[in-house]
Parts: sequence; structure tokens; C-alpha cells
Amino acid sequence: MPHIVKSFDVELGKLEEGLARMGGMAESQLTGAIQALEGRDSELAGRIMADDDKVDGYETFINEQAIKLLALRAPVADDLRMVLAALKVAGEIERIADLAANAAKRSLVLNQLPLVAPMRSLIRLGRLAQIMVKDVLDAHLGHDAERALALRDRDQELDDVYSALFREILTYMMEDPRTITSCTHLMFIAKNLERIGDHATNIAELTHYRVTGKTVLEARTKRDVSSFIGVGGDLPDPG
Amino acid sequence: MGGGEGIRHDTKASSFLNCVCPEPGYNRARTPREFIMPDAKMTARSLSVRYGDKVGLNEVDLDLLAGQVTALIGPSGCGKSTFLRCLNRMNDTIDGAKVSGQVALDGQEIYGASGIDPVLLRARVGMVFQRPNPFPKSIYDNIAFGPRLHGLVAEGAAMDEVVTKSLERAGLWKEVKDRLGERGTGLSGGQQQRLCIARAIAVEPEVILMDEPCSALDPIATARIEELIDELSHSFTIVIVTHSMQQAARVSNFTAFFHLGRVVEVGATEQIFTAPSHELTQGYITGRFG
Repeated sequence: MPHIVKSFDVELGKLEEGLARMGGMAESQLTGAIQALEGRDSELAGRIMADDDKVDGYETFINEQAIKLLALRAPVADDLRMVLAALKVAGEIERIADLAANAAKRSLVLNQLPLVAPMRSLIRLGRLAQIMVKDVLDAHLGHDAERALALRDRDQELDDVYSALFREILTYMMEDPRTITSCTHLMFIAKNLERIGDHATNIAELTHYRVTGKTVLEARTKRDVSSFIGVGGDLPDPG
Repeated sequence: MGGGEGIRHDTKASSFLNCVCPEPGYNRARTPREFIMPDAKMTARSLSVRYGDKVGLNEVDLDLLAGQVTALIGPSGCGKSTFLRCLNRMNDTIDGAKVSGQVALDGQEIYGASGIDPVLLRARVGMVFQRPNPFPKSIYDNIAFGPRLHGLVAEGAAMDEVVTKSLERAGLWKEVKDRLGERGTGLSGGQQQRLCIARAIAVEPEVILMDEPCSALDPIATARIEELIDELSHSFTIVIVTHSMQQAARVSNFTAFFHLGRVVEVGATEQIFTAPSHELTQGYITGRFG
């Protein structure tokens, strides 16, 4: 049902639209970064890096719009939750885009060096992150709390692929020290993609809060075990 | 007195503390916040009010918890003021008003043959109205009126003390101490309303009913009254009807939303204003009503 004061709906609409545009922008930044990695496309990577400012611009717009709404309209109930969630989701999207831009930046170095085999697994990880970000933003803008919660659990899949990739990269470096430069960059990019999954998870939780008013309380199972991986050592159970 | 001492739970204060300084390892999922529910000071069961053919209040069940501020909100004509007036039998004075159901104060029925005498009831359940209505008497006599009427206090030093204490508690003492003989009607609107609150508390009530006490006041006078409500809530059970939802959010621990003579939803104010359960409540507080 619309608000009696129509301009309130207009203001909330601006916030929602800004968030949709920002999300779309971050999605295409991530897609572009993965394309640049896969196609060894330095020109595309350069564009991704340059466009990061645009995402930051959207974040500034959303912050200002949210502050204006809080100060002038004193929103309550679902309106309040919408504004608060938009503020925080914009922060998460900004981080996602930042990590994507960093991946693009590292691809510039990788393109100067011979291709290393773990790149294939890295692209797979990237695609997973990409799908997760897209789905979670769709769930947020579609006010779909159940879908958001289901996506939250999908982060485990990302963690599993990341942990496997970590081992794979480590193995390559040990076998051929000449790949260490490339592999280290791959490792950082992999970590970026894993972090993107965490930010997407945060968005899923914020979506749940925005729709239901309840904070997600059950702790999520963390499957990123890379912190426990050593050279040839046994892997402790992360519990 | 309020009767809530020892079991008082200040929802607002404790949730504020939880936000500011959660204990180490604080996890709401594992350690649900300790909440000792205060006793109900007043209870209404199946309370209905009819004015001729018109239904003012329809089968309302509501508990007013001891030592808490309960705000009643809802659109005009929803029955919130009617409900408030039932709590100290003010509806008795309205021709054609027919009250059915039960209202109890500390478990004792206030209506019916075994009910509390209305005059004594109104000493225990005081009321502050929308428009400040001091008597056309001196400030001193305004306060002394109730204690004299009920024969509670002897004239002289004892009465002086009651007047001083009541004005102090209402935050008005400093402003009027040198002119207690002047007429109460000569004060500013906000001062008059605080005088009315001082008059209400002079007879040491247990419950204070407030019917839109700030609607005729400017924001500064409103803030003074709200601060006063906060202080008084340590000693009294307070029920406030307000059209300002922000005021309900600021001053109350519990909020009840009325619509078409019924209570749609009642809950902790924080919950009502962040995540109301009922769609009607949400529509009303966010300004998307009807």
C-alpha cells in the first residue's frame, strides 16, 4: 500500500533504484573482472579498474539519500528496515566491487606472465561468486527472505572450491617455483572471490532482516579451511 | 505507589545498554535476555463501550503493566481515549455510555456492585487531560485541592510539604516557588500542564492516565513533559494516549494499537516500531493507512 504522503514513496523509490543500479554495476564489474582474467584482456581490466569510482559514487548517493530519509521522514517499521538495510547493503556492494577491481588489477600482472593451470579453477570460483552475487541482489530487490536464506547456505560451496584451489595453487608453487609470482596473485584473487561470497552472505542476512524484522541468529558453517592448510601437514577439523 | 519496585524492567534502558556495551561473548541466540515480566497493575477483559447504537470499544483485553509506560495509539475514533476513560470511570459522566466487561485495579473490580467507589478510584487512578485545566485558584490551592478533598493531609506544614514535593516532582518548583499565591491560570501552557501533573500526583495515585498531554504544547514544553513522564514512570504506572507516534516511541515501554474499537496489536514499543506483527499496525505507523 502506498504512503499517504506520496513524496515519501518517491524518496524511498530513489533509494531502491540507486541500490538496484549500484548492484547491477557491481555485478558487471565482477563479470568483467572474470572475463579479463579468462581472456587475458588487459584493456577490459583497465576499464574495470577505472569504473570502480562509479560504484563508489552510487554508494555516496545511497548514503546521502538514506541520511536524508532518516532525518526528514523518521521512518519506522518496514520503512526503517528498508533504509537501514539499504545503507548496509550499499557498503557490502561497494566492497564486492572493490574486490572485483582488485582482481582486475592483478590480472594485468598475470597477463605479463605465462598462463598457469590453476587459472581454470579460479575462473570456476569466479563464476560461483558471480552467480551468488546476482542471486542475492535479486533476492534483496525482490524482498525474498527465504531465497536469501537459502543463498546464505550456498556460501559453503564457494568456501569448498576456495579451499581446494588453495591446495592446488600451493602444490603448483612447490612443484615449479617459477610459477610463484603468478600463483601468489592467483591466491590473492581467490581470496578476493571468497570474500565476495562473504559479502553476498551479509547481503542475504540483511535481506532477511529487511523483510522479516528478525536478525538471522544461527551461525553459518564456515567451510573455508585454507587458514589450516600447511605444507604437507594434516588438516585439523575446523569444526 | 507504583507497586512495581523490584520487578521493574526498563525495556528501553536495557535494550539501549545491550546495544552500547554487549557483554563479552554476548550472543542473543544462546543467552536470551532475562526478562522478568512485571505484574499487571490494571487489567481489562472483554471491555466494551456503547454510546447508544455506536460501539466505542469492542471486547478489549489489555494488561497495563506495573511501573511501565503504556502508549495507546490509533486513528481518531479508534477507541483509545474511550479505553483510557474506562480506567478511572470517566465514561460514567457521559450520557448514554454503556460499559460492559471487566476492569480491575490490582485484581479488584472497578465496575459493578462490588466495584471501587469512583471518587476513591480517581484518587488512585489520576488523569491529565489534553488541554491544561488548572482550577481558577492559586498555584498552591491547585495542588492542595486533592489532598484536602480526600482528607489526606492536615493544613499547615504538612500541606506545604505536599505542595512543594508535588511541584518538585513535576519539575515546576523552581519556576513557581516565589509565586505560589498567584493564579494557576496565569502560567504558560507548558507550566499549566506540569501544574496539572503536580495536582494529579499530589494525592499519591498509583496510575496516571494522560490523554494527549502534549498536543497543545510547543516542542520545548513537550520535551519537558516527556522527561517528566520518564521520571514519573519510576514511581507510577502510566498510560498515555497520543496522536504523535514519535512521542509514543520516545516515552513508552509498551504500545497498544487500537483500530475500530479493538486492540489490533500490543507489544514492546521497540518491537512495534521496528517490526510490527500486524499489517494494520504497520500501515498506521508508517503512514500508509486506508
